[in-house]
Amino acid sequence: MKVSGAELVVEMRGITKKFGSFVANDNISLNVHKGEVHALLGENGAGKTTLMNQLYGLYQPTSGEIYLNGKKVNITDPNVAIAEGIGMVHQHFMLIQPFTVAENIILGNEITNKMGVLDYKKAVNQVKELSKKYGLDVDPDAIISDISVGMQQRVEILKVLYRGAEILIFDEPTAVLTPQEIEEFIEIIKKFTQDGKTVIIITHKLKEILKMADTCTIIRRGVKIGVVDVSKTTEAELAEMMVGRSVTFSVEKEDKVPGKSVLDVKDLCVKDSRNVQIINKLSLNVRKGEILGIAGVDGNGQNELVETILGLRKVESGSICINERNITNKKNWEILQSGIGSIPADRQKHGIVPNFSIPDNLILERYNVGPFSRHGILNRKAIKDNAAVLIDRFDIRASSPEAKVNTLSGGNQQKVIIGREISNNPDLLIASQPTRGLDVGAIEFIHKAIVEQRNNNKAVLLISFELDEILDLSDRIAVMYEGRIVKILNSKETDEKEIGLLMAGGQSK
Amino acid sequence: MNNRKLHKKEWVSALKFTFFSIFIGLLVGAIVLAFSGYNPIQAYSIMLSGIFSKPSYISYVVIYATPLILTGLSVAFSFKTGLFNIGAEGQFIIGSLAAALIGGYLNLPAYIHVPVCILGAILAGGLWGAFSGFLKAKFNVNEVISTIMLNWIAFHLNNFVVTRPSIKREGMNVTQFIADTARIEILPKWKNCEAALAFREAHPIINDLLRTPLNAGIIIAIVTAFLIKYLLDRTSLGYSLRVVGDNVNSAEYNGINVKKNIIISMLICGMLAGAAGGLQVLGRTRNVAELAAMESYGFNGISVALIARNSPIGCIFSGLFFAMLTYGGPKIQSALGAPREIINIVIGTIILFVAVPKLLSILKSKFKRTIINTKISKGDE
Repeated sequence: MKVSGAELVVEMRGITKKFGSFVANDNISLNVHKGEVHALLGENGAGKTTLMNQLYGLYQPTSGEIYLNGKKVNITDPNVAIAEGIGMVHQHFMLIQPFTVAENIILGNEITNKMGVLDYKKAVNQVKELSKKYGLDVDPDAIISDISVGMQQRVEILKVLYRGAEILIFDEPTAVLTPQEIEEFIEIIKKFTQDGKTVIIITHKLKEILKMADTCTIIRRGVKIGVVDVSKTTEAELAEMMVGRSVTFSVEKEDKVPGKSVLDVKDLCVKDSRNVQIINKLSLNVRKGEILGIAGVDGNGQNELVETILGLRKVESGSICINERNITNKKNWEILQSGIGSIPADRQKHGIVPNFSIPDNLILERYNVGPFSRHGILNRKAIKDNAAVLIDRFDIRASSPEAKVNTLSGGNQQKVIIGREISNNPDLLIASQPTRGLDVGAIEFIHKAIVEQRNNNKAVLLISFELDEILDLSDRIAVMYEGRIVKILNSKETDEKEIGLLMAGGQSK
Repeated sequence: MNNRKLHKKEWVSALKFTFFSIFIGLLVGAIVLAFSGYNPIQAYSIMLSGIFSKPSYISYVVIYATPLILTGLSVAFSFKTGLFNIGAEGQFIIGSLAAALIGGYLNLPAYIHVPVCILGAILAGGLWGAFSGFLKAKFNVNEVISTIMLNWIAFHLNNFVVTRPSIKREGMNVTQFIADTARIEILPKWKNCEAALAFREAHPIINDLLRTPLNAGIIIAIVTAFLIKYLLDRTSLGYSLRVVGDNVNSAEYNGINVKKNIIISMLICGMLAGAAGGLQVLGRTRNVAELAAMESYGFNGISVALIARNSPIGCIFSGLFFAMLTYGGPKIQSALGAPREIINIVIGTIILFVAVPKLLSILKSKFKRTIINTKISKGDE
């Protein structure tokens, strides 16, 4: 490890954190040296964020001690943490949308003149100075709601630096960034360590750990598994430590001759909410026993296509048929009854009922049919039994089988949705971004489930912005660009390069 | 098992917060009383004895509570299903008007007259509510706006009907008293016959009770609360209504007919408030009069629902509690000369604190932290 000689800045000893009977952290120790980038690796719900929230004072450990620079500290709330030089950038940004960048940064620590009036000019200058020092380009006068997610993250980082943080904690910093922004983020992190600051990154993305971290502590189900020197490890080793078994990165699937067409879309035209033609004469079909992947850059009409198939958008012209039945402009509940299952791209917004228990979420599409209800009365036992089976089969991890879904980690929420959709056994499964934000273990699991659906002679429409995922899973790949399918390729006869070119609006060979 | 414990824990902590809010409300009321020069302990003891010291007082509290429980249920039901029914007031008026008309102008045998009146009130109130639901489903009109406007339409419709020469009583802008066959008061006739008077003389407690228009409405209100709980928790209709209430996007994405649900939800809200109006007429007022101002049974339902945290069973208790304050509170005015508005301050404070449970939990954790800190720093010494 490049900084093995450096002094210990953070030392967490024997941290245990319980929520009721659920042990989120079980006797975890963490040592972070000055000037290093320390990655905390673990699956969704392994307890990484919980551990860091205790360092930042959001939670108090049930037992265990925290030392900063060799001195025992009692971090009772984030103000104490900030005073000790700890800053945290959360996964979900906490910015005030109508305020400017500078206003957000100085919030809580405002620069005022003698009269107690805000000195905005001075604030802007200070922000400029800070951003120059670390290469964090932002316009201090820009309004938060006008700037990109990557820029918003920079504002969050500047906020932390402005408060004088020496130890920076990042919770899943790259989850919302584009590949280009990720590269820039890595550069920024490097500047921090050159400046003697210490960085802790919570993540489950193996490639990024290899790119930017020096040391990695692995946590699995609340227990510390080990610490590795990143320069001496491999992706496979990290994955195995994280998941507890060896992980296959590619999906195995046997050849299969597709059957009859299940979904037929012909010359579809759809307008978006601003009355702009978002889907333009689009045609495609998905057959039994095949996965059709739609590749494309975000915003080329993928979401609108799914919503139109589901009956949530009006078809201007063209037709959609399921199993040779025309469902064009039918009501969405009629369409869903004709054998479609959908894994929505935005799981929080469209997939779950947050304050409902896991069992109640698992019957969302079948709550009014047997065995879950009879003559309009819910059958609690059937609902519970169904949940027990699916929790087991889809490896849904929760503090209790009846836990509310909003208490689950993102990956486990996704498993609830996938469990529900696949157990409905739909003729057509529409999977939008099924693995976004998930760790390798969960991704492997979900990929297997999707391929199994295909092997059972069902049709799958897969939409993903991850080209690897499209290439791994699909039998055929439809490249979408500006609301049209520009080309349909056999996945065995194409490569990343060709698809990438088509996605960008270019011509293939 | 584990889960049941968890639920129980949530339930208990919610209840604790509610009692804490009530305590704060009473405390604020006490401070206001003290500042205005009245002895708060004296004032509250007058209130307490004015509520509990006689059977007739308790009976009056129950009578006051009956419509409040039902309008509270109406508002709570709307909250649970993602809507805000401010229209319980208007639905109440329409329900009471329907009951008064059916009860006062239709001749039916006793065993059928009461159910027809109640059903009429429920149906009329329900349609009044469903209309707001329809406006929302069809034209995306916010139910808060439409129900407020429909309150006034109901108000003036009531006054229009009541003042029709063919309907109003001679010399008064009120409807005819409802027929005896439509009354739900306990033994309304027997009460005043000679045999009864002798019996009442011998039994002072019962005598005192019978002095009040004690009626069967409270039983219907309590049974309704349990029915609503069952509907929400145990039926597929309740399930889909709650899904819409919790995440309307998920509901839509997963094939639940959101528009239909909105109309059904507002229909049920209206039915509940309509029932409140109907029972009020059948059990207590026996007629409806031209209104000079809103009577606020529906608006108070909002407070009842908030104090109950939208729990149907909670509405029974918060309805009774609200009735105690509104019945017992004004008694401090006659006894002490203290302004009855203080009771409104108490109610307002309680609701403020119930409605901001987040604030309370923040205060609580701060308080805890201070304790922990003190403990730790003491331990260090």
